[in-house]
Amino acid sequence: MTMPPYYASPEQIMKDRADYARRNIARGRPVVVLGYDGGIAFVAENPSRSLHKISEIYDRIAFAAVGKYNEFENLRVAGVRYADLRGYSYDRSDVTARGLANAYAQGVGAVFTTEPKPLEVEIAVAEVGADQDRDQIFRLTYDGSVGDEGPFVAMGGQAEQITSGLQEGWRAAMSLSQALTLAVSLLGRDSPATPNGPVTSRPLGAGQLEVAILDRQRPRRAFRRLAGPLLERLLTPDDPTTDAPPTDDLRPGMHDTLTGDGEHPAPSDGEGDTSAPAPS
Amino acid sequence: MSVFRHGADGRLPTAFTTPGTSSFTDFLSQHAPDLLPGRRPVPGTGTAVPEVPHATTIVALTFAGGVVMAGDRRATMGNLIAHREMEKVYPADEYSCVGIAGTAGVAVELVRLFQVELEHYEKIEGALLSLDGKANRLATMIRGNLGLALQGLAVVPLFAGYDIDHRQGRIFSYDVTGGRYEERDHHSVGSGSLFARGTLKKGWRPDLDARAAVRVALESLVDAAEDDSATGGPDERRRIYPVVATVTDVGYQRLTDDVLAAEVAAVLDAREGSIHSSLGGSPPLVTGSRSSAEDEEARP
Repeated sequence: MTMPPYYASPEQIMKDRADYARRNIARGRPVVVLGYDGGIAFVAENPSRSLHKISEIYDRIAFAAVGKYNEFENLRVAGVRYADLRGYSYDRSDVTARGLANAYAQGVGAVFTTEPKPLEVEIAVAEVGADQDRDQIFRLTYDGSVGDEGPFVAMGGQAEQITSGLQEGWRAAMSLSQALTLAVSLLGRDSPATPNGPVTSRPLGAGQLEVAILDRQRPRRAFRRLAGPLLERLLTPDDPTTDAPPTDDLRPGMHDTLTGDGEHPAPSDGEGDTSAPAPS
Repeated sequence: MSVFRHGADGRLPTAFTTPGTSSFTDFLSQHAPDLLPGRRPVPGTGTAVPEVPHATTIVALTFAGGVVMAGDRRATMGNLIAHREMEKVYPADEYSCVGIAGTAGVAVELVRLFQVELEHYEKIEGALLSLDGKANRLATMIRGNLGLALQGLAVVPLFAGYDIDHRQGRIFSYDVTGGRYEERDHHSVGSGSLFARGTLKKGWRPDLDARAAVRVALESLVDAAEDDSATGGPDERRRIYPVVATVTDVGYQRLTDDVLAAEVAAVLDAREGSIHSSLGGSPPLVTGSRSSAEDEEARP
């Protein structure tokens, strides 16, 4: 008996879907997540100020993604809802990156096996712990497989090349400026045009980068974006700035970004703790 | 827990991935409505609500560059003191705070939901809600509690914050149906509010600074505690002071106990003269001596 003409073996279907997702993810610009002595840093080449690849999920948890924006934005919102629901029904300390990574893995895996088109995304979920050994970085791929990565993850285009660069260059207890400098130099390295050609590198300025950290020292919400003069100082090798300031920018408004403008003379970050100074 | 159960195919339920809303309350009402405080009515006809802890007096007043809110620490249950260290003033987010009066259990849950609501919006939208937006959100949540309020479990919060756009402190009061009223200069809610309001009215001036505004707030709470049994005064021996917070352009800041100890002492010291002057200091408990008593007895 002959097979119907439209028959394709399950192996072939899965392979086609995986190839499709992998090819499209590799076309995008990469994101690097790496630990440093004071927390976890996220670096992406992303000239847009409003369409983020890196976002806050919860107090100690952040999210980074490559691939199709509408698909990972949907996953980000789902993650924020998941985390807030969990924190509201139990306690804030009961929201973990592991739980979130599992929820994502179920969802992304189900789409991969049941939908005609897999999600063209790769996600990293990171949680900053009490010390560097307890930091966690999970990586999720388009087929729903999840891995507890070591101290660093690279996703997107040239991910393998960047990962090998991180394996050579990353050390425990790097300062923030060292970690950022390493990540930016790897992001700016283009793969050779021919298999044995020279590796070209492009200098990436602060304006082309999206950078964020999970800062271990902060009392509750640890996520802060880095931009402006502060990011430039951190990326300048001979500048004395090696870490993010412990306090937010002075200007009133949303304090999710540290730019180094008008840094506080005295700590006062208004996180709702009880150590506030007396009114004057 | 069932609210986290994945669908049959392992996916997160559709409410998680439905685009369009940045509100945590809206999300809950679709996905887990029983987690909303107002969606769990008290069983029965509603006339026999058990006696439950009530939170009492909250005061708020504006000053140049911000707003101060203060609340006493007593929760009462009928004629009993249910709790003497209750916190009734909470940060809602970085630039606003909410003080609660009414049924303590429902109010605390409502504040927790309100805090998550504001942070949820901030994370999803990448922007802060305007102060009016926050005040309206809270009004909607109080309206959702109307069923419980009619059964006797009412919550009447006081909301205050620093308006970044207009660069000033603002105060909003509510009624149980979710009516939202912007208050000028100062306001108080709760059982002792009648007595506190008189002090606020006398003490408030347009040129108050933060320290003077804190002093007026403490004065009004002390006055409320003197005349209202459900309002607790400062307890210097146990170091239980009112919760006092300022919201300014640097955000929500709660005063430390050390600062409050000094401010409370100053408020009470200023009253000392007027209270004890008629007594002329502490008189001895017993006048006369034992020997004189023996003399009297021995007298024929």
